[in-house]
Amino acid sequence: MILIGERINGMFNDVKAAIADKNKKVIQDLAIRQTQAGAAYLDVNVGTAAADQEGAIQWLIEAIQEVCSTPLSLDSQKPAVIAAGLKVINAANGVILNSTPLNKKSDAEVFDKYVAMAQSAGPKANIIALTMDKNGVPQNIDTRVEIAAQIISRAAELGFDTQRLFIDTIVLPVKVPNAQVQPSNMLAAMDQIRFMSDPAPHMTIGLSNLSQGASERPLINRVFLIMAISHGLDSAIVDVCDRELMNGVATAEMLMNKQIYSDSFLKIYAAS
Amino acid sequence: MPVPEIVEGFAGSVNRITLGAAPRRTVTVGGARNVVYGGAASDAGQRPLIAMDVLDVRPDDWPDVLLEPFASVADSPGDWAKQCIQEFGADLVCLKFDGIHPDKGNKDATHAVKVTQAVLKAVDLPLVLWGCGNDEKDNEVMPKVSGAAKGQKCLIGTATEDNYKSLTAIAMADDHCLITEAPLDINIAKQVNILVSDMGFPLERIVTFQVTGALGYGIEYAYSIQERQRLAALGGDKMMAMPAICDVGYESWRCKEAKLADAPGWGDTKDRGPMWEAATAICLLQAGVDIIRMRHPKAVATVRNFIDSIWNGSR
Repeated sequence: MILIGERINGMFNDVKAAIADKNKKVIQDLAIRQTQAGAAYLDVNVGTAAADQEGAIQWLIEAIQEVCSTPLSLDSQKPAVIAAGLKVINAANGVILNSTPLNKKSDAEVFDKYVAMAQSAGPKANIIALTMDKNGVPQNIDTRVEIAAQIISRAAELGFDTQRLFIDTIVLPVKVPNAQVQPSNMLAAMDQIRFMSDPAPHMTIGLSNLSQGASERPLINRVFLIMAISHGLDSAIVDVCDRELMNGVATAEMLMNKQIYSDSFLKIYAAS
Repeated sequence: MPVPEIVEGFAGSVNRITLGAAPRRTVTVGGARNVVYGGAASDAGQRPLIAMDVLDVRPDDWPDVLLEPFASVADSPGDWAKQCIQEFGADLVCLKFDGIHPDKGNKDATHAVKVTQAVLKAVDLPLVLWGCGNDEKDNEVMPKVSGAAKGQKCLIGTATEDNYKSLTAIAMADDHCLITEAPLDINIAKQVNILVSDMGFPLERIVTFQVTGALGYGIEYAYSIQERQRLAALGGDKMMAMPAICDVGYESWRCKEAKLADAPGWGDTKDRGPMWEAATAICLLQAGVDIIRMRHPKAVATVRNFIDSIWNGSR
């Protein structure tokens, strides 16, 4: 399971304040803690905190790279912000460009732009592509699957390896009116998308959005993540410091025969 | 749309371990990045090694066919080891301390140390040092054996789920590599590796051992476990990425089919026994085993020929 630590995001108050005050220590602590908890990548999102998003993402990346070499996931819907991040990042260990829809009303070529950036960032640069297009987030199974198919074929046309592609079927808050049908729609879509190409693309989600505004947030997140793993999810942006969530992932991976069982399977998963 | 060129490959590989330390000769094992016969020749890793058994005492339960090639050296482990290397072309010598077992002579640590020193003096290839299987006696004797070979980077064993602390600590202190043992059980194999590494023992110095089943006596279980271990290593499981050793000599010669003299329809024991041993070894080599313990020189020659033909050039 490729877990991406969600905490370095300007939506969180401590990160927002740290960006405003240029307080590296807060960011570096989060980077180290998430790495120790088992993050394969650290998400980096400036949020709405800074007027100069390009400067802010560069500052964040440089602060993190001073203390750890964990690969980063550059999180922005703006190609210019990602491009700014790529200027200062050490992409040798890997990087994820997070994320692009298939296309936008304002930018029909946005997916191609992300692919071009990934291709020039080296062989370990990956992309998260959302099953979303100029019409917005699909509310049903079929449109998700259809957009995923277009993403996969467009990537092939551009010569971009499917294994560098992470398809995100887009988590919506379960508490939003009429959104309660979406989690099961996502799982059904995943069941189809994973057979679309061989080798299959990775499948990822931004988990925590699911429980936005709800009660029992950690429980909702943990249960859905485990359900999604059983439908082929092999990556997620999560709170890696949630020990119970990590134990759930370890157990699900073991039950799906992705990891050989041992009596110390929980401990060893956290350490690996 | 162009047809993408897909090359199947694995993320992980089997660890490479170098046994022996200067001024003695060293040998390196492991390193495969694919299954046996899979992928490019450069993915095959190091050539598998044959470790010929040398016992600390004259074996009194070996059939004549097996004892005969060693008849003149069976009382002298040093000469026996020399013969295995110079005459029979062994890559390693496995010094097996049968004689310290309470039921097989109950010899003490002084004896074991003397034998170890004699073999170290007689040959310059790395040694495998293998206890008798009685936990109490091994815990008493093997630390002394380890000390006698301190710094020689031998491969010492075996650490089991119920008895690993003493051997692990001493192997760490004396700078040896360690064999972890499991009873034909992949889950326990992983667990022993975890326990040993929890004590601070480096994973890169472990070789795993599954109690081997010979041809006709459970080899299919041994094969599938070794294969699964190789696939786990290739899939990136660090706790399963060790080279594997198996005990073909002892297991093959336990089989009645290998040694029963009074069986006219089965052919001459002179050929039958070595053939049984060679067939068992070749089968396990194909599952991905890296070191095989063997006994009969004829079987060793057959298996060496097989290794040469498959791993040619990867040494």
